[in-house]
Amino acid sequence: MATVNDALNEKRTQRDKTLSELNDIDRDYKYGFHDPEDKYVFKSGKGLTEEIVRKISAMKNEPEWMLDFRLRALKLFNDKPMPQWGSEMLNDIDFNNIHYYVRSSEKQERNWDDVPEDIRKTFDRLGIPEAEQKFLAGVTAQYESEVVYHSIREDLEKLGVIFTDMDSGLREYPEIVKKYMGTVIPSGDNKFSALNTAVWSGGSFIYVPKGVKVEIPLQAYFRINTENMGQFERTLIIADEGSSVHYIEGCTAPTYSTDSLHSAVVELIAMDGAKIRYTTIQNWSNNVYNLVTKRAIAHANATVEWVDGNLGSKLTMKYPAVWLKGEGARGEILSIAWAGKGQHQDAGAKIMHLAPNTSSVVTSKSISKDGGRTSYRGLIKVLPGCHGVKSNVRCDALLMDAHSRSDTYPTMQIDEDNVRVEHEATVSKISDEQLFYLMSRGLSDEEARLMIVNGFIEEFTKELPMEYSVELNKLIQLEMEGSIG
Amino acid sequence: MSQQPALHIRDLHVTVGEKEILKGVDLVIQAGEKHALMGPNGSGKSTLSYALMGHPNYKITQGEVLFQGENLLEMGPDERARKGLFLAFQYPMVIPGVKVFQFLRNMLKARRGRDVSVKEFRKELNEKMSLLDMKQEFVRRYLNEGFSGGEKKRHEILQMALLEPSLCLLDETDSGLDIDALRIVCDGINAVAAKNTDMGMLIITHYQRMLNYIEPDFVHILFEGKIVKSGTKELALELEAHGYELIENEFRQPAQV
Repeated sequence: MATVNDALNEKRTQRDKTLSELNDIDRDYKYGFHDPEDKYVFKSGKGLTEEIVRKISAMKNEPEWMLDFRLRALKLFNDKPMPQWGSEMLNDIDFNNIHYYVRSSEKQERNWDDVPEDIRKTFDRLGIPEAEQKFLAGVTAQYESEVVYHSIREDLEKLGVIFTDMDSGLREYPEIVKKYMGTVIPSGDNKFSALNTAVWSGGSFIYVPKGVKVEIPLQAYFRINTENMGQFERTLIIADEGSSVHYIEGCTAPTYSTDSLHSAVVELIAMDGAKIRYTTIQNWSNNVYNLVTKRAIAHANATVEWVDGNLGSKLTMKYPAVWLKGEGARGEILSIAWAGKGQHQDAGAKIMHLAPNTSSVVTSKSISKDGGRTSYRGLIKVLPGCHGVKSNVRCDALLMDAHSRSDTYPTMQIDEDNVRVEHEATVSKISDEQLFYLMSRGLSDEEARLMIVNGFIEEFTKELPMEYSVELNKLIQLEMEGSIG
Repeated sequence: MSQQPALHIRDLHVTVGEKEILKGVDLVIQAGEKHALMGPNGSGKSTLSYALMGHPNYKITQGEVLFQGENLLEMGPDERARKGLFLAFQYPMVIPGVKVFQFLRNMLKARRGRDVSVKEFRKELNEKMSLLDMKQEFVRRYLNEGFSGGEKKRHEILQMALLEPSLCLLDETDSGLDIDALRIVCDGINAVAAKNTDMGMLIITHYQRMLNYIEPDFVHILFEGKIVKSGTKELALELEAHGYELIENEFRQPAQV
């Protein structure tokens, strides 16, 4: 009798656990599921050693110079102290408790049917193949450390557009990769760029030839599945003279009780008159440290736009940068940050005006709720002799309650007189009067708040392809609902 | 339902902050009736409209309000709206980044308690917008952002036309309008009223001029938080001729010694 009872109790406990897990996923974060790992090809032990770096390089059959590049970076990573600014949460990262390289499948596919079933199902759930069919010109899907699926439309390939994962890029175009990798962001730029350089895997490599305009966006999707995983993708985009390209990246991970680390390095180069737009919708689960270095170089009359949305992660530290190197270059950084319970979004922008008549616009919108914290950290630098520079920075913060927090740390270093630099920052709450106005039209308190929040970030959402702005509004709605009661 | 007055206010006292603004207002509006509420600045006209709509800062300390026989004061502002009470704001709020189209459609969904398809909505919207001589581009703008005085008021009346409320409170809808805009707005209000003959109306205004377009069945004068005089449209004309001084002399409470 006792055994039957025990078995029943155990079943009940298991059922309750499953139900509560399902509940958590439904309410807070719909991408929090994870797949089995029994078919994985390789998973490095925890911790970072020279052996692991050598192993990664060997498994990838890399040239000697790349191994040297990695090993030098490893030394820089070990030598550099942890940054003492940004967030105290940084000190909680346990570098010895992370898997630095996890290969989930043998090779990369060009057809979704050939991707291992579990992984394919995951990307199905994330809606990637569907989006690809509807409105994308190419897709890269990275799962753990490696890209598992990749495709590009034939017409673009015929025009000479290269869109591939970074590892294939290194194999197939070693001279371009060797020439440019690490030139925008040197390995030793910061502790995390050094870490990325030492253990990088995956990411995108894009080259757009002179004058070619890629009208339809290219997309990469990054998925972490393993607990205590470190994902270190490396992206390099080169837009040759007069060309243009729009690249979109999205990311999610399962919800685990312990932390994972995502530390990417993204380098963009816009040659004379070229235009690059780089859009990110970051929606990592709330156990991911997201410490990313993103920087672009814009040559004469080139335009670089970072459209950067941060909704997920435990801690994000990310300051997309544009170095305006050629006369007439233009940089724009448009970002939103959402920080809910336990989250800190330390995001911002860096613009370096290195040539005359360059211009920049920075627009940052942040929302803090349920004790979440957002910070804007920005730098505008104008070198001597860079006359005719125009820069406009605007930071708007919306606080949803009294115990959430928002800070602004703007830095301006202007070493030239003949410039026009404007900075404006606001912190607001949802006003009773706005709420009353909307409610007097029949909207509930919740609906009214959601409408105000969506309005607050509309400058951002209107820049996204329609499908993404719809998705973003849904995510915001989930976040608002998830924290009520 | 139709036997119930649209609105029945009994001995309403309202406090804002520490100050009592309304000191016992009684008013009955039957279905289909147009009432004008006039009075000098500070007499409590806007307070009455905000209190009726349920603004949280307007505390009801005494009295009761029945809306179609139901206790209005127990409802939140959103519930009041969904039941058919409408306030045209004197100063409509700017909501940055919210498109007029999206706002109006959500508002209509809430009022009807069901989805309103884009197609269905567009049809109604076009109809009502032409009534108010409004251009299509208008709905692509952000809510009240950069609207002129006339655009704000027209937009308020557009909302009224879409919602088809059973009782409208028009809070100084004539303020800030030039003669042409006033005529268009009043024509719009009359058109909505003509279509919804059961709709009651409380027109709050300082001036006779709006009442030249919308003829009230009754006129009330609010003074120092109480309705001191009620009559027909002639009362408004009388006020226009003599000014509020007459009222002040007659009803001013002598200072307590």
